[in-house]
Order: sequence, then structure tokens, then C-alpha cells
Amino acid sequence: MSDTNQAVEVRAVSRTFGGRKGASVTALESVDLGVAAGEFVSLIGPSGCGKSTLLRLIADLDTPTSGELSVFGKPARQARIDQDYGIAFQQAGLLPWKTVTGNIELPLALHGAGRKERRDRVTELLELIGLTDFAGHYPDQLSGGMQQRVAIARALAESPRLLLMDEPFGALDEMTRERMQNELVRICAETQAAVVFVTHSIPEAVFLSDRVVVMSPRPGRITDVVDVSLGGPAERDDSLREDDAFFHAVATVREALHGVPVGGARGVDNR
Amino acid sequence: MSSTTATIPERALARGSAYRTIVAPIVLGVALLGLWQAVVDGFGIEQYIVPTPTDIFHEITDNLGSIVDGSVRTGVNALIGLVVGAFVGILGAVVAGVWRIFDTIVAPLVAALAVMPIVALAPVLYTMYGADKETARQIVAAVAVIVPVYINTLRGLRQVRPVHRDLMRVYAASARQQQLAVTLPTAAPYVFTGLRVASSLAVISALIAEYFGGPIGGLGKSITSSAASSNYALAWAYVFGAIVLGLVFYCAALAVEMFFTRHRSTP
Amino acid sequence: MTRRSAPLGRLALGALGIAAVVAVWEAYKALAPDTGVVIGDTTVLPRSTDTAMPHVWDMISRLSDPVIGIGGDTMWQTVLDGGLFTLRIAALGWIIGVVVGFGLALVMQRFTIAEAAVLPWIVLSQTVPLIAIAPLVRRWGSQITIGGFEWQSEHSVAVIAAYLAFFPVAVGVLRGLKAPDATHVDLMHTYGIGWWRTLFSLRLPASVPFLIPALRLAAASAVIGTVVAEVSIGLRGGVGRLIIEYAQSASSDPAKPWAPIFAAIAVGLVAAAFVGLLGLALKSYRRSEIPV
Repeated sequence: MSDTNQAVEVRAVSRTFGGRKGASVTALESVDLGVAAGEFVSLIGPSGCGKSTLLRLIADLDTPTSGELSVFGKPARQARIDQDYGIAFQQAGLLPWKTVTGNIELPLALHGAGRKERRDRVTELLELIGLTDFAGHYPDQLSGGMQQRVAIARALAESPRLLLMDEPFGALDEMTRERMQNELVRICAETQAAVVFVTHSIPEAVFLSDRVVVMSPRPGRITDVVDVSLGGPAERDDSLREDDAFFHAVATVREALHGVPVGGARGVDNR
Repeated sequence: MSSTTATIPERALARGSAYRTIVAPIVLGVALLGLWQAVVDGFGIEQYIVPTPTDIFHEITDNLGSIVDGSVRTGVNALIGLVVGAFVGILGAVVAGVWRIFDTIVAPLVAALAVMPIVALAPVLYTMYGADKETARQIVAAVAVIVPVYINTLRGLRQVRPVHRDLMRVYAASARQQQLAVTLPTAAPYVFTGLRVASSLAVISALIAEYFGGPIGGLGKSITSSAASSNYALAWAYVFGAIVLGLVFYCAALAVEMFFTRHRSTP
Repeated sequence: MTRRSAPLGRLALGALGIAAVVAVWEAYKALAPDTGVVIGDTTVLPRSTDTAMPHVWDMISRLSDPVIGIGGDTMWQTVLDGGLFTLRIAALGWIIGVVVGFGLALVMQRFTIAEAAVLPWIVLSQTVPLIAIAPLVRRWGSQITIGGFEWQSEHSVAVIAAYLAFFPVAVGVLRGLKAPDATHVDLMHTYGIGWWRTLFSLRLPASVPFLIPALRLAAASAVIGTVVAEVSIGLRGGVGRLIIEYAQSASSDPAKPWAPIFAAIAVGLVAAAFVGLLGLALKSYRRSEIPV
């Protein structure tokens, strides 16, 4: 059976959408991927390559047309019911009628955590994301970056072993983005969670990840996997962005995106 | 547009917008009242054709007690109709949101109810409940209220954003948890809009139902009896009472709506 | 209500709805006590005697009987004539109301100060009960003689119907005219197009999704206004008058008052169907609408 040390295991997964007037779209074709526990993997590719679809399949927000998907050795549906992962969407998706505190403790409240437990956890998380002073604010009083930080805190509320993130920094400006990337690296180091991170941005993918999975559209599939050997979380700080090794890795990923194979024929991940 | 580059008229306008919203309608209203008084006095128009604002004002002060009594009578009918109609409308919309079958059967009925004159039912309702009871008027008001409340509540229940729906699925939330955490709070502003529309409708419906029969008492009866005895100034005094009653209901509903939507951007 | 069902499907659904209402009516008659459901002093649910609540089939068969006694017009003929009479006046009132409402909306969109000054009064106007205005309108109207045109009572009724109809049109069309994106308005501006041409090429097409519900509401309001004004002015020939008249015979002829009620419902439905047709005609401007 599947290795329960693997956070995510994707085998030959395809997803086809039946369109109107008979035109169907193959969002994913026979994709294989493995994510080890504690590993940070980015999915990158142009629009329509299926990266968000793949993330949604892992989250059990959608079902594959064929193939197998397991999260921590269980089917995706079971992993969702067991609450094994936390998710951050592209739009923060905060509930506008709840305060920052109310939003962060939402999963805890839904799953029956006691009041004291909730308060303690929220205080912890607010400190983690640096928004302790905004505990009683409403989402419409926060900037985009702050809303996203709250969304990430919410995703971490139940201390999941796996984080799924769909372009969470997509709507932010470059400076805020870089700051959020630093924060995310720090958070992941502390929580030791595995992360599957969907992004459009090559520098972001390289900065954050252990491995970058390059995808291409029509039909959606994985074309390359780039090992980003830039060290652990301790090495990933602002100075890394100006490092030669960083630029080299970015160039490698860029070439992979443009179809140049990475160091030999490596089409799928076989771990 | 920075204040340094805006031209002087533009800056004045920007500062004056609050001034505009309050003063402009008042200025217009006062001007119209003045014009009304001047035309009637100037042309020597008889009171039975058009009474002057001052005539009406005197009738109001002379008959204040009677106006208040009538307002209370009509107002109570409207309030009962509003409460009952809102309850039925919201409950119906919640059921329709959950059971498609109910929605399919009820939708054409509500659509028909929305376009038919509900006060036409007043005479048969008086027969069904007795011509000496206020019940018929309350029912007419209630039925009139059900329509906007049902339609708006149902629309609100269907406004859940996809990202919130995904969020609930990700948390493996039960249907009931989803209702409480997301569906009902999302629908709340729509419910209050429906109630706001229904509030003045309840007053008007209760009032007009008085016109189709039923016991003495209430603004509608007073208006028609004073008009029948050609005391038009008095009739208008009662009309003034009706306007105030309608405004009170509307402002109360508006206040409740604004209180519950104070932390939302426009949906 | 889904737009996916074909018109025939929707007719079937409508029939199902009516059948459901009939079933509830008859079930209540069969099960409830004669005095109705009384809680304390108040009768919460109505009396279920045949006099208070006639059977549905009695109501229907009454339509084919003559109105009074043995000879003369049948009920349905009289009621149909009344319905058409009311429909005609309501249509006139609707047209006037739509024109006035539209004009007001245009003025309010063009001049923000007009919107600030006039809109509150427009909203307030709807709190004034019709029945107060009716005799006044008739009196004022009788003072008007322009050329060979003589003011009839019908015109007073139409004016009152227009009074109710103009409000949803003014508010709805104003919202619609203000609906276009700021970017679209800026675009027109860069093309050097003035207010009038922007109105026709941008604002009017953009306002159609708001116009149609407003017209539907105006049609319903016009029908209500006509029926109530007919009663208030005492206009013979329309459905409103018939409702009051036949209600007098409720104790001796319980099914009689229901006939004009059916006619009034029919008038409302016809008015709504007409607006629905208008909506179909303007379909291409409604692509941005989200079906409910």
C-alpha cells in the first residue's frame, strides 16, 4: 500500500471536464507526483496547465476522472474528513462578518474545540503572523496582505501536517510578496508541515521550495521537476535573493518552462 | 484627484456633498409647500378642491388625538401583518433553499402573488373571518409582506460565495454547520432588504384593506369618511398621519438593516 | 425559478402550484371545524362553512351561471369584460407612469443635485395612500378641458395607476443608468462623446437588466392602483367595482365574490406576461444578468 510517510501521492491522475456543446477540456493528463513529509513543493506553469486543478484534487474539492490520489496513505476524501491538511485560497476567503479572531478560530470552533483552547491557539497564531494588535478588527479594515496573513493563520489553526496553498500571494504587490515569502519560510520551519504551493512566479517558487514541479497546458501535465538545492529554511533569507545560486536556479526553472529539458530526460517524478 | 489640482468649484462640491444630501430635498420641499400655499391663496381656489398647507396643519393640531388613535389601529394591523408575513416568508425561503421541489411548486405562486392586487382578497377575507374583525386587514398586510421577504431571502440564501463553500467543504462541516457559519450570515443583508421593502408595504396594505370593508377605526376609514363629508383638509390631516406611520416603519426597518450590515462592503 | 425550463414546463409547474393551493383549500375545509381555529379570543384560521369558504368547484361552476337570476350575461362574460376594462386603464396608467418615471430618472442621473433633492420625495410619495388622492384627482381632472378632450373618471383612475407605477421605474432606471463601469464611462469620454450620445450607446443598454424588473413591478403596481382607484372613485365597468359589488352578496351567494377575484388575478398575470415578452425582445442586452 501507499507509504504513510509520504504526505501526498499522486498516481496517473487525470481530470477531464465535459464542456458545453461537446467540447471537453483535459485539465490534467496522467500526472504522477510525490511529496514527502516536511517537504516544500511548488507547482508552476502557465494558465491552464492544471496546477490549481491538481491542488483541488488533493484537497478533495474535486474528484479525478482516473488515477489514484492518497494523502498520508489515505484517500483524499478520508484525509479531508480527518482534517489532515490546511488550505489557503487565492482570495483570502475570510468571512466578512467575523473579526480576525473569529476567522482564525473558525476551524477550531467548527470541530468542537473549547473556548480556552481556541483563545490560546489564536493568540499563538496572531503572534506568529504578527497581527496581535488586530485581533478585534474586521476583514474590511485590513489590507490585502494582512487578510492573506489571517488566511494563512487560519490554515495553520489545527496544526496540519500538510499545507495546500493556491497562489496565496497572487494579489499582493512585490514588496509585500517578498515579505510574506520570508514569513512563510519561517512558519514552515517552525511547524515542519509539508507544503504544496501553486504559483505563477518563478522567483517565488525557487525561493520557497525544495522542489519545483513545472507543468504545461493542453493537456495539463508535468514536464519537469527541478531540485532546488539552496539549503534549508535557515539559508532562505533576503540575502538569498541576490545569490548567484538563486539566479541559476531561477534560470533553470525558466528554461524548463520554455521546454528545455533539465539535465537530461526527466519527465515524471518517480519517487 | 488631489486637492491641490482640483479647481475651486470641484473642491466646493466635494465638501458640499453631505450638505447636498440633506439640505437639497428640504429646500425643495419647503419651496413646493410655499408654492402650494401661494397658488391656492393667490388663485382663490376653494378648499374643497385643494386645501392649503396651513388649513391641513390646523386640522392636524385640532384632531391630533384622533389621528394618533387611527395611526395606532392601522399600525398594529400593519405590524402584525409584518411579523407574521416575515416569519412565513423567511421560513418558506429557507425550506425552498433546502428542497428544490418546494421551490419549484411555490415559485409560480409567489410570482403570481407579486403581480396580483392582494387587496382584492379583502372582501372575501372579511367574509371568512367576520366583518367585525381586524384579522382580514392583518392577513392582507401579511400576504403583501410575504412576497418581497420570500424573494429577497431566497436570493440571499443562494449568494454563498464559492470560496466560502469550498472552505466549508475543506473543514468537512456538516450541512447545519455550513448553514450557521456561512449561509445564514451571507443571507442576512438580503433578508433585511426584503424587510425594509416590506415595512412600508405592510402599512399601505393594511390601510387600503380598511377601504374594502371591516370595522370602523383606522386611518383608511377616517380618510374616506372625512372625504365623504367633503372635509378635505381633515382627510389630508389623516393622510399626513399615514405618511408619518409609513415613514416610522421604513426608518425602523432601515435602522435595523444598517445595524446588521455595518461591517459589509456592498454585496 | 430556473430559466432552463421550457415555457411548457413552466405552465405545467404553474398548474401544479394551483393544484397544490386547491388541495390545501379543500383539505382545510374537510378537516377544520366550522368555527375555524380559535385561540383565545381571536380566530386564527378561518371558518370552514360553505358560506365562508365555498368549494373550489362551486366557484368554478358559478362562472358559467348567469350573474343575476336566470337570464342575462353569464358570470364569466361579465367578469371578463370587467377584467378587460381594468386592463385597458391599467395599461394607460402604466405607460404614463413609465414615461414619467423614465423622465425623472434621466433628470436625476444628469444632475446630481436633482437626485439629491427629488429622490427622497419620490420615495416619500409612495407612503401617501391612494384612496386619499382619488377624489381629488377626479376633481382636478374635471377642471381640465383642452380642446375637445374631456376628462373622464377613467382618466383619474389611470393617473392614480401611473402614480403607483412611476416609482419603481424612476428608482430602477436611475440605478440602471448609473450601472455602467467607470471604465466604460471614461472610454466614452475619451471618444469625445457628449451626454446624450453616451446615454444611447452606453447607459440605456446597460440599464436593461434593471429596467425589466422595474417595468414588471410597475405593471403590478398599475394593476393594483387601477383596482383600488376604481373602488375609490366608484368607476363602473372595472374589476374593482365588481369585487365590492359582489362582496355584498357573500352571504347568499358565497361563490359570487370569487369570480372578480379570479379576473383581477388574471389581469395581473397578463400584465406580467406582457413585460415578460418585452424582456424577451430585449434579450441581447441582458447577457450580463445572473439567473436567480
